[in-house]
Amino acid sequence: MSELPAGVFNVSYKQDREIFRTNFLRFWMIIFFVAVLTGPLYLNNYLLSLANLTGIAIIGAMGLNILTGLAGQISLGHGAFIGVGAYASALLTTRLGFSFWVALPLAGFITAFVGMTFGVPSLRIKGLYLAIATLAAQVIIEFTIVHWRSLTNGTSGILVPSPKIGSFEFSSEKSFYYLIFVVLILSVAYARNLLRTRIGRAFIAIRDNDIAAEILGVNLFKYKLLAFFISSFYAGIAGSLWAHYITIITPEHFTIGVSIDYLAMIIIGGLGSVLGTIYGAIFITLLPELLRVLAGSLSGVYPNIGDFLGASRELVFGLIVILFLIYEPDGLYHRWQMIKAYWKLWPFSY
Amino acid sequence: MIFFLQLMVTGFVVGSVYALVALGFVLIYKSSQVINFAQGELVLVGAFVCLSLTASYKVPFLLAFLLTMVVAVLVGLLIERFFLRPMIGEPVLSIIMLTIGLSSFLRGIVEIIWGTETRVFPPVFPTNPINFGGIVISQVYMWSFILAVLFLGIFTVFFKFTNEGIAMRAAADDEDAALSMGISIKKIYGLAWAIAALVAAVGGVVIGNINGVNISLSMMGLRVFPVVILGGLDSIPGAIIGGLTIGILENLAGGYLDPFFGGGVKEIFPFVILVLVLMIKPYGLFGLERIERV
Repeated sequence: MSELPAGVFNVSYKQDREIFRTNFLRFWMIIFFVAVLTGPLYLNNYLLSLANLTGIAIIGAMGLNILTGLAGQISLGHGAFIGVGAYASALLTTRLGFSFWVALPLAGFITAFVGMTFGVPSLRIKGLYLAIATLAAQVIIEFTIVHWRSLTNGTSGILVPSPKIGSFEFSSEKSFYYLIFVVLILSVAYARNLLRTRIGRAFIAIRDNDIAAEILGVNLFKYKLLAFFISSFYAGIAGSLWAHYITIITPEHFTIGVSIDYLAMIIIGGLGSVLGTIYGAIFITLLPELLRVLAGSLSGVYPNIGDFLGASRELVFGLIVILFLIYEPDGLYHRWQMIKAYWKLWPFSY
Repeated sequence: MIFFLQLMVTGFVVGSVYALVALGFVLIYKSSQVINFAQGELVLVGAFVCLSLTASYKVPFLLAFLLTMVVAVLVGLLIERFFLRPMIGEPVLSIIMLTIGLSSFLRGIVEIIWGTETRVFPPVFPTNPINFGGIVISQVYMWSFILAVLFLGIFTVFFKFTNEGIAMRAAADDEDAALSMGISIKKIYGLAWAIAALVAAVGGVVIGNINGVNISLSMMGLRVFPVVILGGLDSIPGAIIGGLTIGILENLAGGYLDPFFGGGVKEIFPFVILVLVLMIKPYGLFGLERIERV
């Protein structure tokens, strides 16, 4: 096991392409995986449920980060796309009798096509106009879910069965933990590798300057739609997992607030970074829990602090987003890099 | 026919409020290219300040209204100074997200101070409705409309004839040129936010008098997007015409289409228009089309 190197000393392209570059990193990744895999042995159900919610959030946020962070297309409709995935999966399993294992990828594809449809305006408009168009997508999808009662059962929601293999049912926190973990590994690995392919580089070119990218031979029509496709596919997977994890879905789970939460995750984590997405998703998912713990410990001093919990969540959330944007616009990932860089050369960091 | 006219009148009143709120939105966008997702929360703050002044502190309505406007201007100036000024020159996404964060922040504050239940203004206007040849209009509606038109008029004059108004238009047109002519851009940004908060507060008081005030009034901020997209993001006449059009169309659509969709058409229809406008004419009726170069 070698130490962390003080800089980049690659001598071959093979080294440059590697995801885990040093033995030090590989060693700690193995430790990390073992820790995560054995998690259910020493975590209680409450902590496991938090881990599950975080896992689903990471998958959803990864999709948004591919669209917004990599390809530069702002989306305010991610929450609605996750809703499409959840409802697609729920309807496929309850109405058509598909098993969860078929419904999961199908929900991904259905959401991907819906997302792609709403991505079509991105060919003509961009920046804040696109943000507003996706906002319209959010409102329209929400309206459809609430009002298409014969299909979605309106505001009373749908009961969704737990996934099964044979007679084994993924209904406990522990079993779902492993299910989410497998999907999460696949989606993170795909996102990490996407960055290094032609597609990923085309996305980055579009983000940096789409006209210049087009002149360099990037087919804007194809790649912008592809960005929406991949992003919505992730959203669909996250939605499907969510539906079968929570086992009851109602339209309130997929409001504009959810879209904003996801945007906050990728901004706080770091735009265009896979690790950043993970940090951001963990941060935003655990924030309400953190506040609850805080409020609980303060309730001795201020007895009616519980009344303010909902409001304080909004307030703290807004304040954190604002402060991050003003003081740390590159997100947690960047801060982590800075800390690492500092210690690499410590104590001679000049 | 009466039904149609009734819908038209309601649409006109609601539309004039939309126009007011959209005016603030357009001003901020025009002068600083900031898209303000917190416009609805400014409406909310204005409505609640006026409400607690009249209902809890028994201040006469006219005085409360004036005080609300002062508070709104202060809120606008503070927001610009502390939240927006550090963001000058940042990318679009950051600024969008900042105003979204701001909206969440303001909503949190409002919820902590005033709670979530619906509250109503003490009756300010006479309650007996006026009859215009068969169409019945309650006086609140009429006064709201008059108030909205009054403020739209004041600001139209302000932009045409006062030094500050002309400076604002100059800054919106070309920031560098305005700067070189001795116009303080920071002051212009502050002024834009102050006016935006002010018109939002007036809109909030008007809507609050009609429907009562609760936290969901901030949804008004989302409703403003179809208005400004239809009128053009950087056009003041566009905001007024767009506001009235959206107000009338959503009421007509709500009145005639609700039976087929089981309600709620009013909420969705503006967004359908929005999508159509974006597809056909993305810069709206009067918006300035920007030509992009590498």
